[in-house]
Amino acid sequence: MNVHAGMTPLVEMENMSISFGGIHAVDNASVDLFPGEVVGLLGHNGAGKSTLIKILSGAYKRDNGEIRIDGKTATIHNPRDAKGYGIETIYQTLALADNVDTAANLYLGRELKTPWGTLDDVAMEAKSREVMGRLNPRFQRFKDPVKQLSGGQRQSVAIARAILFNARILIMDEPTAALGPQETAQVGELIKQLKAEGIGIFLISHDIHDVFDLADRVAVMKNGQMVGTARTEDVTKDEVLGMIILGKCPPGATPGPGAL
Amino acid sequence: MSEATANTDKARASDLGPVERFIKATELDTRMLGMIGALLLIWIAFHIFSGGLFLTPRNLWNLSVQSASVAVMATGMVLVIVTRNIDLSVGSILGFVGMIMAVIQAEILPGMLGFGNPMIWVIALAAGILVGAAIGALHGFIIAYMGVPAFIVTLGGLLVWRGAAWWVTSGRTVAPMDANFRLFGGGPNGAIGATWSWIIGLIACVAIIAIIAMGRRQRQRFDFPQRPIWAEAFLATVGCAVVLGAVWVANSYPWPVGIVRRYAEANSIAIPDGGLFIAHGIAIPVLVAIVVGIVMTFIATRTTFGRYVFALGGNPEAAELAGIKTRWVTMKIFILMGVLCAIAAAISTARLNAATNAQGTLDELLTIAAAVIGGTSLAGGVGTIAGAMIGAVVMQSLQSGMVLMGLDTPLQNIVVGIVLVIAVWLDSLYRRGKA
Ligand SMILES: Nc1ncnc2c1ncn2[C@@H]1O[C@H](COP(=O)(O)OP(=O)(O)O)[C@@H](O)[C@H]1O
Ligand SMILES: [Mg+2]
Repeated sequence: MNVHAGMTPLVEMENMSISFGGIHAVDNASVDLFPGEVVGLLGHNGAGKSTLIKILSGAYKRDNGEIRIDGKTATIHNPRDAKGYGIETIYQTLALADNVDTAANLYLGRELKTPWGTLDDVAMEAKSREVMGRLNPRFQRFKDPVKQLSGGQRQSVAIARAILFNARILIMDEPTAALGPQETAQVGELIKQLKAEGIGIFLISHDIHDVFDLADRVAVMKNGQMVGTARTEDVTKDEVLGMIILGKCPPGATPGPGAL
Repeated sequence: MSEATANTDKARASDLGPVERFIKATELDTRMLGMIGALLLIWIAFHIFSGGLFLTPRNLWNLSVQSASVAVMATGMVLVIVTRNIDLSVGSILGFVGMIMAVIQAEILPGMLGFGNPMIWVIALAAGILVGAAIGALHGFIIAYMGVPAFIVTLGGLLVWRGAAWWVTSGRTVAPMDANFRLFGGGPNGAIGATWSWIIGLIACVAIIAIIAMGRRQRQRFDFPQRPIWAEAFLATVGCAVVLGAVWVANSYPWPVGIVRRYAEANSIAIPDGGLFIAHGIAIPVLVAIVVGIVMTFIATRTTFGRYVFALGGNPEAAELAGIKTRWVTMKIFILMGVLCAIAAAISTARLNAATNAQGTLDELLTIAAAVIGGTSLAGGVGTIAGAMIGAVVMQSLQSGMVLMGLDTPLQNIVVGIVLVIAVWLDSLYRRGKA
C-alpha cells in the first residue's frame, strides 16, 4: 500500500510546535516528504501552513520538535543552514529585495564573483536570462528593480531563485497566487519536471484545486494542528475539503492530532 | 520572438521625444542630472548676486577644499541611511578623533621621535583611523546585536564623544599640527601643483574611456543590449571635459603674492615684472575625498557587501531570508562610518592647523543633509555615493555663497534649513512621479 515503504524520507518534521505570544500557530504537527514526491500542504488561511514550513526553511525557530533530513537529525537555526541542506523556499510574501534587479535577487547571498572577488554582474545576468527564459520567456526587464515588476513577474523571479541552485527540497508557499492561467500551467509543468529529477516538493495552498492534480499526497492543517495526511488516489476532492473545513478525516486518510 | 520585441522597442523609441530618447540611450540618471542642474543654478545665482565673486578659480578652489571633509563623511552616511539607520554622532566622532590625532602628533610623538619626523603623520593618521573604527564598531555592535535603535545610540554618541573630546585635553586647543600632516588640509603647500594636476586629469580621462570600453566589451561578450556608440562617445567626452575643466580651474588659482615671494627667495628664483604665477593645482584634501568617493562607489556597487547593504535597505526580512548576515553587515557599515569620520577629522584638523573642542559641531546635520539632498532615501534602499558628494558641494556652495553675499550666520542657517526641506520635498515628488 505504501509506495515508499522501506525508503528513508527526505524530510521528516516531527511534533513541530511554535507559538507567538500565546497563539499556537503550529501545534504538534508532523509531516514527511520523500524524494521525487509532491506533498500538498492544505488548510484555510491562518491554519499554520506558512509558519510550519518557515521552521523548515530556517526563518522561524521552533519551540519543540525534530527535523530529520535523510533520516539524520538536522540543525537548522537560520536560512543559511536550511540552504546548506539543499532546502530552497518560495515564500508566500516572495521575500524579494525590492530595490535591486532580477539578477541580484536570484543570486542574493550567493553572488557569482570575478577572479578579483568583485561581483560578476554580467555572468549573473546571463544566467538569470537563461533561467527566467524557462519560466517566463517574454520577460525582458532585467535592468529594473524588482519592485517595478508586475505581480506575476515578481513571482517568476522568486521561483527562478529557488530552482537556480539545485535544490533537493523545494518549498513553494502559494507559488501561483499572482500568476495568470498560462504561467500557472507553466509552473505546473515545472513541478512535474523537478519531481522527475527526484526533488521533493512541499506545495502549499489554501485552494485544493491548485494542488490536487499535482500532489502525490496531501497534508491538511487546521488551527495549527495536522488533521491528517492522505495519498491523493485514496481520497476525493470532497473528502479533502471535508478535512480542510471540518477537520473530518475520511477512511482513506491517516488521521493526525487535529482530526475530529 | 526576439525580432518582435526589437520591433516594438524601436516603435517605442520613435514615440519618445528627443530628450527622452537621449536619456534612454545614455542611461543617465535623471535625478542626478537634476541635481547637477540645481547646483549650476545655485552657482550662477550666487555669481550674479555677489557681483561676480562666486565663479572664480579662487572661490571654486576654496569651495572644493571646504566641501572635502563633509563629502568624505557623506559617502558613509549613504550606506547608513540606505539601511534605514542614521548616524547623529559623526560630528562628535570627528571632534574626538581630531583631538586624539592632534595630541599624538603635537604632544606625544615629537618627544619620542623628534620634531618633524616623517613618520609622525603616518602614526597619527593610523591611530585616528583605528580609534574611528573602534568607535564605529561599538556603535554598530549596540545597534545590530543589542537592538538599540541607531537614532538613540548615535544621539548618545553625539554627547559622549563631544564630552570625550573635551576630556582629552580638558578643553584646551591643540596646535600647531605636524608640517606633513598639514598637507591634508590644502593651502598652497597642500596642493599638488599644475603639472601633477594635469597628469592626474589625463589619467582620469584614460580611466573613464577604459571603463566605458570595458563595460561595452563585457556586454558584447554576453550579447546583451548596448548603448548606441554615439551615446558612449558622448559620455566619454562629457566625463573627460568635466575632469579637465576642473583641473583647469584648479590650475588657474595662483599662490598668494607673499608666499610666492618667500618661495622665490628660498629657491633663489628671480620674480619677473608681471609677478610669478604658481598655480595651486588640485588640493590634497580634494584628492583624498575623490579617492574616498571612488573606493566607496566600488564598495557600494562592485562588492557583495555593497549589494547586501542595498538589499537590506530595500527589504530587511528578504535579506535575512536570503541568508545574509544582516547584523554583521550593519556593524560593518558603522565601522566604515567611523573610519570615514577619522579621515574627515584629519582633513579638518589639518586645515585648521589645530584641534579645537568645538570641531565638527553640527557636521552631522550637514552630512545627513548632503546625503539626503544627494538622493539618499530616508525610507531606505536608495542612494548613490556620487550623489551624496555632490550634495556636500551643494551644502557648501550655499554657505560659501551666503558668506560672499555678506549674510549673517543666523540668516544662513534659516536658508540652509529651508533649502533642505524643499529639496527633500522635490525629491519625494520626483519619486512619486516615477513610481
Ligand atoms: N510572526 C508572527 N507573529 C505572530 N503571529 C504569527 C506570525 N506568523 C504567523 N502568525 C500567526 O500564526 C497563525 C498561522 O499563520 P500562517 O502560518 O501564516 O497561516 P497560513 O499560511 O496557513 O495561512 C496565524 O494566526 C497568524 O496570525
Ligand atoms: Mg500562508
